[in-house]
Amino acid sequence: MTTRRIVVGAHYGLRDWLAQRITAVVLLVYALVLAGAALFGPELSYGTWAGLFASVWMKVATLLAVIALIWHAWVGVRDIFMDYIKPTGVRLVLQVATVVALVGYALWAVIILWRV
Amino acid sequence: MADIAAKKARPQYRNIDSIPQILSYRLPPAGIVSILHRVSGALLFLFGIPFVLWLLQQSLTSEISFESYRAAVGSVPGKLALLAVGWAFIHHAVAGIRYLLLDRHVGIEKDASRQSATIVLGTTVVLTAIYALKLFGAF
Repeated sequence: MTTRRIVVGAHYGLRDWLAQRITAVVLLVYALVLAGAALFGPELSYGTWAGLFASVWMKVATLLAVIALIWHAWVGVRDIFMDYIKPTGVRLVLQVATVVALVGYALWAVIILWRV
Repeated sequence: MADIAAKKARPQYRNIDSIPQILSYRLPPAGIVSILHRVSGALLFLFGIPFVLWLLQQSLTSEISFESYRAAVGSVPGKLALLAVGWAFIHHAVAGIRYLLLDRHVGIEKDASRQSATIVLGTTVVLTAIYALKLFGAF
């Protein structure tokens, strides 16, 4: 008996496909809540705005949205690279740069929320 | 030997990497929605995320930074940047809702999908126009 290693194929395909849709819904809900707060909330001043982000529920919701955002962006940007960037080395460099940027953005968001 | 060499240099007939062809090809509405979904997604990644995070930081850090945020979003370049990111988000979100519905097998017939693509394009233009008018203080 020999075990054949699968060296090609997209075993991660369904997971990413599903993740792309779930994160999309999370982002849509968050965007609608934020748009609602902006449209129907009190007049925007530093006090009301910082007060909104000082609450625990808003911090949790924002962090969830940030996680959804970087996951969503990763799948989408990787799809673009897979379609247009053929040389493996170039694609790898771009993908690593994308991951570094996205994780950096997530950390930046955490720091911003931490200080409110 | 000559045969092998000839085989190695097989011509490739690829009809999508010719610029004039791409430019003269009239995409159906669903194709326009699709490529704009990709363009808007790339724009949101390259510019939208860092720009919005910077605005969030300026607006939340202190009252002084809040004033610099107000100045940034009040300037013409700031408003144009917000308009670009706003269009990209609106298009990406509206087209995304259509894709979620298509995944649920809602409106996958040819006519229905063509119609929904046109609706997406129309909705995006209207919402972006309202956003632009609000941004530049029309109401």
